[in-house]
Amino acid sequence: MSVESLFPRLEPLLPKVQKPIQYVGGELNSTVKDWDEATVRWALMYPDAYEVGLPNQGVQILYEILNELPETLAERTYAVWPDLEALMRSEGVPQFTVDGHRPVRAFDVLGVSFATELGYTNLLTALDLAGIPLEAADRTDEDPIVLAGGHAAFNPEPIADFLDAAVLGDGEQIAIAISEVLREWKAEGSPGGRDELLMRLASTGGVYVPKFYDVEYHPDGRIMRVVPNRDGVPTRVFKHTVMDLDEWPYPKKPLVPLAETVHERFSVEIFRGCTRGCRFCQAGMITRPVRERSITTIGDMVEAGIRESGFSEVGLLSLSSADHSEIAEVTRGLADRYEGSQVGLSLPSTRVDAFNIDLANELSRNGRRSGLTFAPEGGSERMRKVINKMVTEEDLIRTVTTAYSNGWRQVKLYFMCGLPTEEDEDVLGIADLAKKVIKAGREVTGSRDIRCTVSIGGFVPKPHTPFQWAAQCDHETVDRRLRTLRDALRSDKEYGRAIGYRYHDGKPSIVEGLLSRGDRRVGRVIRAVWEDGGRFDGWSEHFSFERWMAAAERAFADEPVDVDWYTTRDRDEHEVLPWDHLDAGLDREWLWQDWQDALNTVEVEDCRWTPCYDCGVCPTMGTEIQIGPTGRKLLPLTVI
Amino acid sequence: MQRLRVRYAKRGRLRFTSHRDISRAVERAVRRAGIPVAYSAGFSPHPKISYAGAAPTGVASEAEYLEIGVNRPCDPRRVRDDLDASLPPGLDVLDVVEARDGNLADRLEGSMWELRLPGADPAEAERAVKEFLAADLVEVERLTKKGMRRFDARQAVRSLAVVEGPGITAGQETVQPCVILRMVVRHETPAVRPDDALMGLRLVAGFAPPSPAAVTRLAQGPLDAMTGEPADPFAFDRAGGDR
Repeated sequence: MSVESLFPRLEPLLPKVQKPIQYVGGELNSTVKDWDEATVRWALMYPDAYEVGLPNQGVQILYEILNELPETLAERTYAVWPDLEALMRSEGVPQFTVDGHRPVRAFDVLGVSFATELGYTNLLTALDLAGIPLEAADRTDEDPIVLAGGHAAFNPEPIADFLDAAVLGDGEQIAIAISEVLREWKAEGSPGGRDELLMRLASTGGVYVPKFYDVEYHPDGRIMRVVPNRDGVPTRVFKHTVMDLDEWPYPKKPLVPLAETVHERFSVEIFRGCTRGCRFCQAGMITRPVRERSITTIGDMVEAGIRESGFSEVGLLSLSSADHSEIAEVTRGLADRYEGSQVGLSLPSTRVDAFNIDLANELSRNGRRSGLTFAPEGGSERMRKVINKMVTEEDLIRTVTTAYSNGWRQVKLYFMCGLPTEEDEDVLGIADLAKKVIKAGREVTGSRDIRCTVSIGGFVPKPHTPFQWAAQCDHETVDRRLRTLRDALRSDKEYGRAIGYRYHDGKPSIVEGLLSRGDRRVGRVIRAVWEDGGRFDGWSEHFSFERWMAAAERAFADEPVDVDWYTTRDRDEHEVLPWDHLDAGLDREWLWQDWQDALNTVEVEDCRWTPCYDCGVCPTMGTEIQIGPTGRKLLPLTVI
Repeated sequence: MQRLRVRYAKRGRLRFTSHRDISRAVERAVRRAGIPVAYSAGFSPHPKISYAGAAPTGVASEAEYLEIGVNRPCDPRRVRDDLDASLPPGLDVLDVVEARDGNLADRLEGSMWELRLPGADPAEAERAVKEFLAADLVEVERLTKKGMRRFDARQAVRSLAVVEGPGITAGQETVQPCVILRMVVRHETPAVRPDDALMGLRLVAGFAPPSPAAVTRLAQGPLDAMTGEPADPFAFDRAGGDR
C-alpha cells in the first residue's frame, strides 16, 4: 500500500496563505524515506506553529534516531494556522507531514510532543484534519496510535480521552523500543488489532495506556483511586531516563529551515536534569538526576553541527547551563576554536550565582553579546527561600555588575508572580531590586546608558513538584500585584526610565493551571473549547479566557467541581492526585516534606555538591548522577 | 575587496520563500561552502551580501541577482559550483561573475515575466490582452505597507502577449492545461508586479482565470532599445573579464 504525496492538492492553496514556506518542507538535513521499504512509520508532531516547532530539540532528536532505524521512517507535522486550516477543510486536504506530504492518518504512530499544555487544542485540530476520531475509543485499526510525550505528558489525564498512549521522560530509547514492539506485532500479522498492540505496549511498564485504567471519584469530586481495569497492566507507569548522554549525541544533523523560526541557532544539550531544587520548576523535578555530556562530545557535536548547518550561533542548552562542571573549559575551548569565524556562543539559561567574569569574556569574545537573562524568580529574600531559588541580592548585584562592566548594556531579569505565600511586598521587592541593579550598573560603568528589563509571568503549580498541592493565586490578585509593580517602577524618577517592564495578565495562567493539574473530566472542557473555535492557545491573539470559562461552566455543570476547584484550591497530603499512578521517581513523602519546608522557608541544597537528601529518583529509577570534571580539553580544530 | 555577482534561480516549491528566507539561506550556504565572505565592521557584523530586485513570495524566477563581497580573490566558477552545491535544491546558482564598476541594481531596468494560467480560456485571454494594451491608463489597487495604494499598471508594461501553443504548468507540480502570458515590465515605483497586470486584465476585460497564476521571472536586466527585452546585466562585467 503506497501512499501518495498530498502536495499537488496542497500547492494551489499555498499562494492564499501567510508564510507558505512553512508547509513546504525540504529543510536541509531532512529525510524522506521510501514508504514501502519501512514497516514502522511515525508521524512526529509538535502541536504549535512551524516557527516554534521546527527548532524543538525533542522532535529533532527522535526524528533522527527513528530514521536511522532500518525498517522505520519518521516524518514531521506541525499545527497549521487557521487560514490554511479553513482552506484544507473546504478543499478536503487532510493533515499532512512536511517531509513527504503524506496524510497523517496513514502512519502507524502519531507521536505528539507536548512542551506545554496550551497545545492541547491544536492536537484536536490535527486529529480532526487528519480524519482520526478525536476520542481514542472511536478509533479503528485504520488509525494510528496517538502517543503523547514531553513534559506535559507527566500528567496526560486532561487529554487521556484523546490519547491511545503516553510516555514519560527521555524519548530516545523508548521510541526505539516502541518501534520494535510495533515491528514484531506487524510481522505477526497484527494479531488482535490495536487493542493487543496497546496491551503489548502497556505490559512493558514503560507506556501508559489511559483506557486500561479506571478513575473512581468521591462524591465531593476528589479522586478515590485510579486502577488498572485488566490483567497484565501495571499499577504504576515509570518515566524513562537515558544514562550516558555521550552515547546519544543527537541531533547530529540539525534541521535547517528556510522559514524563519524562533531559534536560529545550533543547540547542543550540555546536560540533562537539574537538582538545584527550585520548587516551582517541573523540569527540574521530572528530569533528575543530572547527566552531563562530556566536554569532548560537546566539542564534536558543535563542530559537526556548525559544519552541517551553517548556523552562526551555538546555544549550549540545559536547565542551568553555567552549572556544567566544566563550563569554563567548554566555553573557552569553543571560543578559541571559533575565534574570528563569526560563530557566537550563547547560554540560554544561566544562573545568577554561576555567572562570572570568565564566562562573560568567553561569551563575548567574538564581538557579539547575545542577551543576558537571569532569573531571580522571586522579588524578596523570603520569597526566594520559599521557592528554594537560593540566590541572594548580593549574588545578583555582583553578577549584573560583572555583565555591565564587560560591555553589556542591558540585562533581563525574570520573575514570577503569584507564588505560594506571596504578599504584595514580595512583588514590590522586584522594583527595589531593579533599581539597585541600575544603580550598580551606573556606578560601575560611569554611564547612564544602562538598562534592565523586568519580565514577569504568573506562577502555575505543576504536577510532580512540591507545589503540586498548592493553591494557585487567583488572576485578580496577580493582575493587581502586576499593576502595583508597574506603577512602582514607572513612578520612580531616578531609575524608572532605565527599567523596562514586560508582563502578561494572569488569566492565561489560570487556564494553564486547569490543564496542568486537571484530571480526565477536564478533557470535556478542552473539547468544548476546540469545538467553539479554540486554537493556538499559547498565542495571546488567539487565546480567549472567556471561551475557556464558558466551556468549563458547561462541561462541569453536572459535576461537583469547577475551575477554582482545580486551580485555587489547596490539596491536603493524602488527596489522590490525577498523576499519582505516573511515576517520575520522586518520593511522594519527600515532595510533601519539601512543600512543608517551603512554607517554613527552609532551603535545600543541591545534591551534586552535598549528600543525597532522598528525593527518591535515583534508587527508584536505577539511575545516578553523572557529572565531571573529566579533565579533558578541546583541542584546536585542524585547518584543512 | 572583490565583489562577486551571482545570478540564481528560485524554482518549484522554493518559490514560496520570501526575500528574508532567501537571505538567511544564502548566508548559511556561504558559510557551509567556506566562501570567504567579508563582514561589515561594528558591534554586530553582517556578511556583505546584497540583493537586487527580489521576486515576490510565491513567484518563481530564473533571474534573481545578488552580490557577495569576499576577503580574498575567488574564482567565480568555483564559487558558482560550491554555492550551488551548498544551497538547497530549488535555489540554484546559474552564473557568477566578478564585478566591474557600477551598481548592479541600476542595470536591472526591467523584467520579463511568464504567467501560466491553469484552466483559463485562450480566446478570452487574447481579447483581454488587446483591450489592456489599447488602454492608456489602467488603474489598479494594491495593499502596500503604507495602506491601499492606487497606481497605473499600464505604462510600465512594455509588451504583453499570449504565447502560442498549449501550455502545461511547469514549476508547479500540478500538471494542468493553461494559457501562457509573457510580458516585459519596466521597473518603476511602485513596482508593477505580475498580479497587478492580472488585476488590470480583470478590470479592463473582466478576465478572471479560475485558479491562481503560476508566475516565473524569466529575465531581468537593462532594457534593450531594439528588442524591448531585458538583456544580460552581466555583459559589462564579462567584457571586463575578457580583456
